[in-house]
Amino acid sequence: MVIIEKLSKSFGSHLVLDEVSLKVEEAENLVVFGRSGTGKSVLLKCIVRLMEPDGGNVSIFGKDVMGLGIDELNELRQQMGFLFQGAALYDSMSVRGNLDFPLIRNSHLTPKEREMRIKDVLEKVSLEEAIDKMPADLSGGMKKRIGLARAIITEPKLMLYDEPTTGLDPITAKEISKLILDLQKELKMTSVIVTHDILCAKIIADRAVMLEDGKIQYTGDITELTTSKDPFLKNFFSDELIEEIGRK
Amino acid sequence: MKSQSLQEKIYRSFEKKSNNFFETIGGLTEFTILFFKNVFKPPYEVDQIRKHMDILGIQTFPIVSLTGFIIGLVITMQTQPVLVRFGAEAFLPGSVGISIVRELGPVITALIFAGRVSSGIGAELGSMRVTEQIDAMEVGAVNPFKYLVVTRIFACTFILPILTVYVIFIALFGAYVAVLLVQNMSFDYFTGAVIKSVEFGDAIPGIAKTFVFGFIVGVVGTYKGYTATNGTEGVGRASTTSVVVSSILILIFDMILVKITLWLWPTI
Ligand SMILES: Nc1ncnc2c1ncn2[C@@H]1O[C@H](COP(=O)(O)OP(=O)(O)O)[C@@H](O)[C@H]1O
Ligand SMILES: [Mg+2]
Repeated sequence: MVIIEKLSKSFGSHLVLDEVSLKVEEAENLVVFGRSGTGKSVLLKCIVRLMEPDGGNVSIFGKDVMGLGIDELNELRQQMGFLFQGAALYDSMSVRGNLDFPLIRNSHLTPKEREMRIKDVLEKVSLEEAIDKMPADLSGGMKKRIGLARAIITEPKLMLYDEPTTGLDPITAKEISKLILDLQKELKMTSVIVTHDILCAKIIADRAVMLEDGKIQYTGDITELTTSKDPFLKNFFSDELIEEIGRK
Repeated sequence: MKSQSLQEKIYRSFEKKSNNFFETIGGLTEFTILFFKNVFKPPYEVDQIRKHMDILGIQTFPIVSLTGFIIGLVITMQTQPVLVRFGAEAFLPGSVGISIVRELGPVITALIFAGRVSSGIGAELGSMRVTEQIDAMEVGAVNPFKYLVVTRIFACTFILPILTVYVIFIALFGAYVAVLLVQNMSFDYFTGAVIKSVEFGDAIPGIAKTFVFGFIVGVVGTYKGYTATNGTEGVGRASTTSVVVSSILILIFDMILVKITLWLWPTI
């Protein structure tokens, strides 16, 4: 479904991704763990070519993303959804405007059909009443939900989530995680979730990998990773602060 | 690695950092080229352009009205005693009219416009950049350069000349009021005197150069905003540097354009 091969990206002399290779199976929920600043967002952005990697290949649905022209790339992007860390709602538009925007631009739906679609996704994220609000009037959790609604409104086959629960209180974080899982099942999407929230990962993940030092260091199912004896993983997942850090 | 056409490059987040003057000029040139590559390609985003023109017009209308009136008034108050000294008082409406039409109206309007509009555009696009709204548009398969940048540059380019014409009239009215403060002159006589001395060759280049000024304001504001980095701090910087850079460029281009006009249409 998604195959990443030897993806590298550096900023100046700062090597962020060092030949990262990763495979995501169809209808799988893959969690990418990593500390802040390890390049999780950069990885996601390279996958959709918001950033141009220095080397390596990404193939999505069998298409070589790096070789696509802009029109083909946009066609591919229409089958993908992206939930940004800060939700990235267009703050000059109401919630309705935000949800309508992708439909106006990329679908041939009539105004009536679009309105139905908007109501439908708002129901999915349980925020029907927010339809005429402006993004500035929404709480962090509501913004994430609307961002999620906007991402799924075009019924993507692949969803990318950038820290969907970061900055939310524990209850809202759990609700969002649950929502992601439910939508996942309902819409049968493949997804890559970047996070350092263990609870969120436990709810969503089929499989998890750990990004550290620009490389995928560990792969396994979530219990394997969280119960591992490896000092780095222990330090990452444990409640206690472990003094000795496994790797440099 | 892969060769990238300019057209493809605009979809990338601009990864430039530096505020260096020469890089800014380079970036502005690149932006200008991208503008011309995109402006003739559909979709034309006519609704967006109209919306921005409305917003820009409404935003700047009060302040340019006030400035125009005062400038007309003050320049007349200053010129009048000088002309009296040379015994050339009869030339007052004409000479003030020419200054306003050729230089003061266009440049003052452009500078006010730069202060109000390019900072606003810089801040608006800058905050869209740092909150990833531009990225969101891009992954949503919409060309953000076209939707956000081209429309605003276009709107700036065509609204400024309109504002300038309006400001010229307001300033001439201010000039008339200043005349009235020291002598009795009928409005008809005043306008007659202005029309007699201000020629087409004064009005056309004066207004024509504001298309260039409007374009500068649009390009600088969108460039600074679109390439903003470093969170809220970057947004603030995008906003303030837009004003500085666009004001300086307006003055530089004014100099160049005045030289060109004088060369093309020598005033006797
Ligand atoms: N546009 C950029 N220019 C320069 N450095 C960047 C840029 N984007 C990210 N980085 C650097 O890349 C590293 C990884 O960033 P990021 O992917 O955002 O981390 P995270 O894993 O927290 O999402 C950071 O050290 C950051 O400073
Ligand atoms: Mg991140």
